[in-house]
Amino acid sequence: MIDKTPNNKAWLLILPMTILVAFSAIVPLMTVVNYSVQDILGPNTKVYVGFEWFRKVLRDPDLHAAFLRQLLFSFSVLAIELPLGVGVSLVMPRRGWAVSMSLVVLALPLLIPWNVVGTIWQIFGRTDIGMGGAALVKLGLHYNYTVDRVDAWLTVLVMDVWHWTPLVALLCYSGLRAIPPAYYQAAAIDGASGWSVFRYIQLPKLKNVLVIAILLRFMDSFMIYTEPFVVTGGGPGNSTTFLSQFLTRLAVGQFDLGPAAAFSLIYFLFILFFCYVFYTVMNRVGQG
Amino acid sequence: MAEIVLQSIAHSYDVPRGALDEPRRGGTAPAYALRDVELRWRDGGAYALLGPSGCGKTTLLGIISGLIRPTRGQVLYGGKDVTLLPSRDRNIAQVFQFPVIYDTMTVYQNLAFPLRNRGLAAAEIDRRVGRIAESLELTEVLQNRATRLTADQKQILALGRGLVREDVAAILFDEPLTVIDPHRKWLLRRKLKEIHKQFRHTLIYVTHDQTEALTFADEVVVMQHGQVLQRGTPEDLFRRPAHTYVGYFIGSPGMNVMPCQVTREAGSARARIGELDIPLLSPAETPADAGSLELGIRPEHIAVLQGADVQNSLPVAVTAVEDHGRFRIVTGYLGRDLGGAPDGQIKAVPGGRADGHRIKIRIAQDAPAVATGNTLRVRFPPEHICLYRDSRIVSGEGSGREEPA
Repeated sequence: MIDKTPNNKAWLLILPMTILVAFSAIVPLMTVVNYSVQDILGPNTKVYVGFEWFRKVLRDPDLHAAFLRQLLFSFSVLAIELPLGVGVSLVMPRRGWAVSMSLVVLALPLLIPWNVVGTIWQIFGRTDIGMGGAALVKLGLHYNYTVDRVDAWLTVLVMDVWHWTPLVALLCYSGLRAIPPAYYQAAAIDGASGWSVFRYIQLPKLKNVLVIAILLRFMDSFMIYTEPFVVTGGGPGNSTTFLSQFLTRLAVGQFDLGPAAAFSLIYFLFILFFCYVFYTVMNRVGQG
Repeated sequence: MAEIVLQSIAHSYDVPRGALDEPRRGGTAPAYALRDVELRWRDGGAYALLGPSGCGKTTLLGIISGLIRPTRGQVLYGGKDVTLLPSRDRNIAQVFQFPVIYDTMTVYQNLAFPLRNRGLAAAEIDRRVGRIAESLELTEVLQNRATRLTADQKQILALGRGLVREDVAAILFDEPLTVIDPHRKWLLRRKLKEIHKQFRHTLIYVTHDQTEALTFADEVVVMQHGQVLQRGTPEDLFRRPAHTYVGYFIGSPGMNVMPCQVTREAGSARARIGELDIPLLSPAETPADAGSLELGIRPEHIAVLQGADVQNSLPVAVTAVEDHGRFRIVTGYLGRDLGGAPDGQIKAVPGGRADGHRIKIRIAQDAPAVATGNTLRVRFPPEHICLYRDSRIVSGEGSGREEPA
């Protein structure tokens, strides 16, 4: 037996981190928990209602619709941006001045503030003065994102693809650059076709960055707020009202702090759960 | 399988093929990775390409495998010009510095990959993979994922991808033992020799490790600065280095080289190093236009003499003794001023080359003890002396042999 002397000094070392996390995460989160179990009628009048708000929120048909819309949107974003990002990274130049140029061009959308992105697309999509909208109308399409639900939805989707595909492409590009040339040389000697090189060398080596890309893009798109708020304001009808917009309306618009807090917690747990599932599945896939 | 011939190969990474002699902007000369390499690789031979980092050996390998297109010159496989053919159309296999395996595939799929790409029938693939897996001792792990193999097994697997193609002209190795644990290195090296015996492929092995090169190859090609310095059996390289660099690079420690004056008189030839007088083999073996040359002698060939006053003995002031277990390496200064008392203390060790040349002597463990500060008396056996002019050999060994072509 080895006698271990407990040394409690170690606790001191994690104290700064604990304080930091407490102020950045635990305290705000607990405030929300506090709200979620009370009905706040005025600044000094509140009633404890238990899980009433959770029950109410979970049964809200509007929320169900927003939730489905959100899921559809997030998965559409993943389904488009990942293959597109990988594709872009594959055709990006590998040497010369074109490398820095393509990197700068790709990084541009990432540098633009969210609300500006929204404004750009709001104007771009207008049928009277917007280049995109007007062009579509000139082509004979009945496009109008302020009236048509599908048009509005597609506009937000295309905007997100424009905004975030570069991130996926840059991640994949760095992944591709990290593959040692010997792999390509070995594949050439083994007589591999271009597709085989992609399937058996590039894609497997991109696995790790793709996991990161999926996590980032899922979380980000699941929390999307600013751009649809600026472009469509959640309309027409509720067609582009995603979860965070629904939440904001509840909390800030109607000042229903209880239900909003309850919903925030559900929202948070849901994202946590999804990320965990993604991460686990990806790791499994990697290890075979 | 076929003989591989390299004809006047030159390569520069700065200029495109065929443009080596064209004038360049700014008048700068292109940096050569290789210059005028002529080599012939016999079918079925085991060769090593040895040289320091950056000497062009990996470039040469790339030119043979088709990964690099030489700026000038031809590559012939069995008489056929393949200079412009890409790797996939040449019958060549290569094992890289670190194991290249296809992560998502099983061991079996890895071995089958080059054959599938060439459209072989499933039954034939199965037969060949089975056979190669057998001789590489991979049969038991065939259905495992390749990523689960150890580093040396992965390297074996990479070799296997070359062996399954029965028509490969040669298998090239680019420092394949770099990432292998030291205690597994010799196992893998032995495996390579077995494979060579069994399959008789031409093997070309690039390394900067002389032990690897000398134990692996029937013939070693030593390179420096993009040029072939010497090609020969390990014994040739050891006994008669064609270039002082080969003498220095091969052997541990390397050859001692020092400037000398050679004089021929009727019936005898002698080399003078400062005031020291060293007899050479018969005058017929020494160059007629004798003069300023360099004298080279291997540390293990220097004879240590017992007793004080042997004729023609050379004094060496010992400055360090390293014990290597089975032998000792004595470092000392060869020079006229230090030879006074054979076992006495040295007052000062002159640093100038004119007064004393630093030499290394390898002596057996059971030889009498030598301590720092002693003066040894040694003799350079004439049959082991090589003479060099401008680093190139002019004579030596006394055998009268021609330099191996």
